Amino acid sequence: MRNGKDVSASLKKKAAYGPDVNIDEFKVGTYAPERIGDLSDASDDVKERMANVGVVPCGASRSGTILFLDNGPSHVSRGSDDVEIMPIREAAKRYDLSEYLWKAVDPGKDKYTSKTYLEDSDGYFIRAKAGRHVKDPVQTCMIINRSRQMQNVHNIIIVEENASLEVITGCTTNKHVNESLHVGVSETFIKDGGSLTFTMIHNWGDATHVRPRSATILGKNAKFVNNYVLLKPVASVQSYPAAYLNGEGASAKYSSICLAHEGADIDFGSLVEMNAPGTSAEIVSRSITLGGRMITRGRLIGNAAGAKAHLECRSLVLKDGGLTLAIPELESSVADVEMTHEAAVGKIARDQVEYLMMRGLTEDEAVGMIVRGFLEGGINGLPDELKDEIDAAIGKANLGS
Amino acid sequence: MNIYFKPLKVVIHLLKIENLHAEAGGKEILKGIDLEIGDGRTCVLFGPNGSGKSTLLAAIMGLGHCKITKGRIIYDNTDITGMPIDERAKLGIGMMMQRPPNLVGVKLRALVNAVSDDADAVIKKADEFRMDGFLDRDINVGFSGGEIKRSELMQLTAQRPKFVLLDEPESGVDLESIGLVGKKVHELLCGGPQCNSPNNVSALVITHTGQILDHIGADDAYILVDGKIKCSGRPMGLLKDIRERGYRECIRCGMVKM
Ligand SMILES: Nc1ncnc2c1ncn2[C@@H]1O[C@H](COP(=O)(O)OP(=O)(O)O)[C@@H](O)[C@H]1O
Ligand SMILES: [Mg+2]
Repeated sequence: MRNGKDVSASLKKKAAYGPDVNIDEFKVGTYAPERIGDLSDASDDVKERMANVGVVPCGASRSGTILFLDNGPSHVSRGSDDVEIMPIREAAKRYDLSEYLWKAVDPGKDKYTSKTYLEDSDGYFIRAKAGRHVKDPVQTCMIINRSRQMQNVHNIIIVEENASLEVITGCTTNKHVNESLHVGVSETFIKDGGSLTFTMIHNWGDATHVRPRSATILGKNAKFVNNYVLLKPVASVQSYPAAYLNGEGASAKYSSICLAHEGADIDFGSLVEMNAPGTSAEIVSRSITLGGRMITRGRLIGNAAGAKAHLECRSLVLKDGGLTLAIPELESSVADVEMTHEAAVGKIARDQVEYLMMRGLTEDEAVGMIVRGFLEGGINGLPDELKDEIDAAIGKANLGS
Repeated sequence: MNIYFKPLKVVIHLLKIENLHAEAGGKEILKGIDLEIGDGRTCVLFGPNGSGKSTLLAAIMGLGHCKITKGRIIYDNTDITGMPIDERAKLGIGMMMQRPPNLVGVKLRALVNAVSDDADAVIKKADEFRMDGFLDRDINVGFSGGEIKRSELMQLTAQRPKFVLLDEPESGVDLESIGLVGKKVHELLCGGPQCNSPNNVSALVITHTGQILDHIGADDAYILVDGKIKCSGRPMGLLKDIRERGYRECIRCGMVKM
């Protein structure tokens, strides 16, 4: 047992945001799932689900892969000496992780974190070695394999001094899985001069509740880019990842693109605390409501001189019946900061649709082209596979009139 | 015996507008327009600011802000009065807007690709439009007046319309670009750089200054005032009258010619 605090009282504590989920209705998923030695031996179902969230089944062009089925590791492989990848329970046996475990996220924050703490959940441990540039991305994949189950994972990413790392994480449910709950606690540490690009792609079942709890602590001149993509139907997502820029010159950029399908309840935000001089932050969110609830939050806090930050929250409402709420917040405790925000909620401008129709595109094609541009504008350097996913999601959503 | 009868081409007028009334912003703007454009002809439309010229083009294209209350528009023997915009485009109608909207997120390259059967060839010729640096930019966003017109012309070239509506193609274009815009409009109407074949693209061109007439051969001209066509004549003749005597005087004597 790594975890000694008594946080059982927090098991009843509702989260500050998002619809409340009764965690007692879900059974904790197995810690000993089927082991897959070679990803190409995975079942077709698993392979297909991985592909849908950008995880390459053969592991090509990746520095390593770690796959969790329910609550346990199913596959770990590594193709680079510059990075360590292993289940966190194994890492805790090998290393003293006391300076990392539960140091960025408070275990008593709410019922989801305390459950994960009390379960002493497994998860991935990824460490980029000091000074190393990890060439290809590390991919992680979380799959919920059975209905009425809860997946708890506790992840740690460490980017040592002057190392650089890219992580792609895809989270999904297996086919035929309906009601389920995913709780992922992720604690990330980017040390002085380190850099991390973290891209998370969610593709859950339409009855899945999702409660990620992520926080990142950055050292001097450390750089963090966080991308989040949610295109498929989901029951609810409530997530409010935070970055603490504690080292001078550190920077963080959060980008997100979210589609709120009918029946979905999404509350997604990002928080950046600029605690050291010369730090900078950017939050860009693009969301579309297709009859679901879509709340986008953004909070920038300037606590040190020279902090610079911008927040941009844009939402398109394409169908009636849902809710769109943009809540941008700027907070400062010192004089010498420069923080700005812009928020826009609206429909697609008719004159733009007509302009494209004038060139011969049908109304659906015109709307699709504008929506694609709107979403793709949210993330710089979006990989082609994700662009294809966006196209597929737009195609399925019947956006025209 | 194998007798092949070539069907008689019955279209004399490519476009025929009958007693067209239309509203914009809840106000009647077009107050009974009758206009015929012959196949292969280039017509020029003059008229003071606010007389309804752009609204007339919007009505022909089917843009939503212009609501037709009476009359009809026949194109190539088809009544297009209530037809969706894209279907009109598919029949061969193309338009260059006076003030097109910004298309945030839509790249010029993507639109050319979506519009043309031979997009690669058009993209290769982007430099001819001095648009090679704009292919991966959002359409019209931050474009100068001349860049907007050249981008519109490149898109129209990709579309290859049979009938083009040009709304003040020279407005906002600096002296340096005007020659290029004129050349590209000319090529559009001729269906290519060589214009020896009889030009079979028809056009309705709005011009305020008449500058574009230095680059294209126009056949007929009309003056639109307060939602009605008030006179017609030869393009250069009417332009000369307007320049010398202004619209008011021109309308007075122009009436005689109608
Ligand atoms: N979308 C619109 N909403 C309200 N008024 C409009 C709209 N479009 C045009 N108008 C009005 O219609 C009149 C004619 O406009 P327009 O056709 O653009 O004139 P022109 O092109 O001849 O200068 C003007 O008074 C203009 O303000
Ligand atoms: Mg006009």
